[in-house]
Amino acid sequence: MSETLTVPETVILEVFRYRPEVESEPTFDSFEVPFHPEWMILDALNYIKDDLDGSLSYRWACRMGVCGSCGMLANGQPVLTCATYLESLLPGPIRIEPLEGFPVIRDLVGDIGDFMNKLSDVKPWLIRDEEKPVEDGEYLQTPSQLADYKQYSMCINCMLCYSACPVYRLEPEFIGPAAIALAQRYNLDSRDEGAEERMDVLSQHDGIWGCTLVGECTEVCPKGVDPAGAIQRYKVSATMDYFKSLLMPRSSS
Amino acid sequence: MDSVIHDVLLVGGGGAGLRAAIAVSETNPGLSVAVVSKVYPMRSHTGAAEGGAAGAVRPEDSLEAHAYDTISGGAWLCDQDAVEAFVEEAPKELIQLEHWGCPWSRQPDGHIATRPFGGMKIERTWYAADKTGFHMLHALFQTTLRYPPITRYDEFFVTRLLVDNGRCQGVVAIELASGRVQTLFAKAVIVCSGGGGKIFPFTTNANIKTGDGMALAYHAGVPLKDMEFVQYHPTGLPFTGILITEAARAEGGWLLNKDGYRYLQDYDLGTPEPKPVKRSMELGPRDRLSQAFVKESQAGRAVSSPYGDVVHLDIRHLGEAEIDKKIPFVRELCLKYQKVDPVHDMIPVRPVVHYMMGGIDTDIQGATALDGLYAAGEVACVNINGANRLGSNSLTELLVFGARAGRAAAQFAAAQPAPSAALIAQAEDEERRLKTEFLDASGPERVAPLRKEMQAAMEAGAGIYRNAEGLNDAVETVNGVRERFQRIGLDDHSRTFNTELVSVLELSSLLDVAGAVLDSALARTESRGAHQRTDYPDRDDDEFLAHSLVYRSDDGAPRVEFKPVTVTKWPPGERVYGRKASDV
Repeated sequence: MSETLTVPETVILEVFRYRPEVESEPTFDSFEVPFHPEWMILDALNYIKDDLDGSLSYRWACRMGVCGSCGMLANGQPVLTCATYLESLLPGPIRIEPLEGFPVIRDLVGDIGDFMNKLSDVKPWLIRDEEKPVEDGEYLQTPSQLADYKQYSMCINCMLCYSACPVYRLEPEFIGPAAIALAQRYNLDSRDEGAEERMDVLSQHDGIWGCTLVGECTEVCPKGVDPAGAIQRYKVSATMDYFKSLLMPRSSS
Repeated sequence: MDSVIHDVLLVGGGGAGLRAAIAVSETNPGLSVAVVSKVYPMRSHTGAAEGGAAGAVRPEDSLEAHAYDTISGGAWLCDQDAVEAFVEEAPKELIQLEHWGCPWSRQPDGHIATRPFGGMKIERTWYAADKTGFHMLHALFQTTLRYPPITRYDEFFVTRLLVDNGRCQGVVAIELASGRVQTLFAKAVIVCSGGGGKIFPFTTNANIKTGDGMALAYHAGVPLKDMEFVQYHPTGLPFTGILITEAARAEGGWLLNKDGYRYLQDYDLGTPEPKPVKRSMELGPRDRLSQAFVKESQAGRAVSSPYGDVVHLDIRHLGEAEIDKKIPFVRELCLKYQKVDPVHDMIPVRPVVHYMMGGIDTDIQGATALDGLYAAGEVACVNINGANRLGSNSLTELLVFGARAGRAAAQFAAAQPAPSAALIAQAEDEERRLKTEFLDASGPERVAPLRKEMQAAMEAGAGIYRNAEGLNDAVETVNGVRERFQRIGLDDHSRTFNTELVSVLELSSLLDVAGAVLDSALARTESRGAHQRTDYPDRDDDEFLAHSLVYRSDDGAPRVEFKPVTVTKWPPGERVYGRKASDV
């Protein structure tokens, strides 16, 4: 941080409020919070909740960018609020809203039930034709085989990619970036034999084909996962499978 | 009030709860399982664990060696029968998790890789880079989705255990999204809700670690065991308290004082070598390293920072490639949260509250003294961790004892009649209590100042070093806070996702847990492991080779008793680190 930067004493947060028992339309409340260079947006929200207005509701847990709870829009951008410095959004006012694309339950809390169902739909677990008994030890997997899928296993389900995805916002049936990346995480795992089962879900209209490859998902991902790449790769292999299926019976593919 | 009936109900959806849920389903696929958690399971704090999970698999390793390291690391307060079961089942559970997709780091030939860890004489820590807990949690959670009998109650806050006829038969919970109070009946309940590090102000623990499960059991008359043992991890980032994993030292990191000197050599922890030496120096146990920090700071040899004294963790000599390969999350956390790049800069660190060795008193199957109630994971105390847990034993513990509790609860539940109708009245009482005492409360006291006062008192009185005077001061403050808590008021009286109500319920749990820690700490007039009394500096095996049990009296005050430690093969001895190899 530069020593010459003038540091403000306070900063204004304009926070989205929606209390369904009290108001039928969302409003914005403005809060003045102290500015500290080491504060993240989440620290400012906690200051509001502890010292100014106990009724503000939002989710948070780990404050270290791994639990995936605290995604919100800051000045319109989907971010993890525990990993975004106030400083990066000066001079303010900083507008804080719930992630786009999810029904708002209350204030900054969105309903992610739809994603939870989609997550199950892609069968995100290891599928084997035959499971080896534990007594027989581990499945071998070389470091390079691990590297084939590792980045897709880093998804924290924070929902920033859904919020950024223009397709999901228009077509909520679209299965969405994180779920597809997770399907790929298992498809590319050398221990897994379930790609065909997952293909049945993903090759449907609202599976991978909904994606128009805008790439916003990859850009906003705080964990370096590349859902857009996963989708692209999936489309290629799905197309290959389609042509192969015209030429030979499916079971031999 | 809505009610449903399940066979087995889990309170908590972290590692232990999810492992238990799968164990129930595998033991008896006909049983319905409910996972009730105040957060979505993948938000659970298991996901923040970094370094690894211990299990003896290398040819030069043995179950006896893992047991000895654990027992000596725990200052002989571990129940040795439990440790023997633990080390034996550890490798199987870790392989099971591999079969469920956990992306363990590998050797070039494809076998599981292991790394050294503090207090462990042999490399036996399995790891998934430095996000081990995260990968374990997600592998477990995703695997539970395969099991149709497992029903989730995401974002439900459990406020009470339902007990009738000496048997736990379900819970009352608030659905956060709607604010509705629901009765969830069950033939067996397993509490897996984690620890309560938020009784302290400076902790690696997530905001959700408020000891709720401990408080639930405590109120149902079940004792909490060994609560005085709170682990400070030696390397947390100042201000945030974010954990810098022990793996940073296992891979070769050094702890330096303000003069750039590896000060641990002055604290009977061995002599410095360029490469890490197991059970020595930076790979000593956490209690000893945190205590050494305090002494170094008192001697004026720490580095001043705006957030108190720090020392430096130096990993620069590992080089960028090794750091990015083995401990990339350390670099990410330092860059993002401390604005330092450990490839080029030293990392400022100080001890930080990390883990509770104590918890709900259970036997080796996870059963508590109350029929139908089980516990596993950090919320429970079997006790395999003794007076000081070794790093990388807790991730394995939640698998081994999560599975054990799941199997035991499944067997118990299958033999039980339907829950008693009398419990409906209890549930209705609870709903009224929640409304009048909390939701409608409009007293003058606010939750945040009360919580901060309690936390400050715990840090002042029940930190790394303690004495009677400081502990009594903390008791007085906490009692005062508890009394003012009776006059709590909420800004928010609405039902929809009322997180202020959640904070108030959590503070109620925290106050119970804080009280239990303080009274247990006062009763143990000796020093052992993480419990260091400056007024009783020596270990006293004649009097205190025993577990403390704290009960909640009818008037709410804690009552402490002791019961002997189980010793099988390893008589109490000296804890030796960095000197001549100890005799196993």
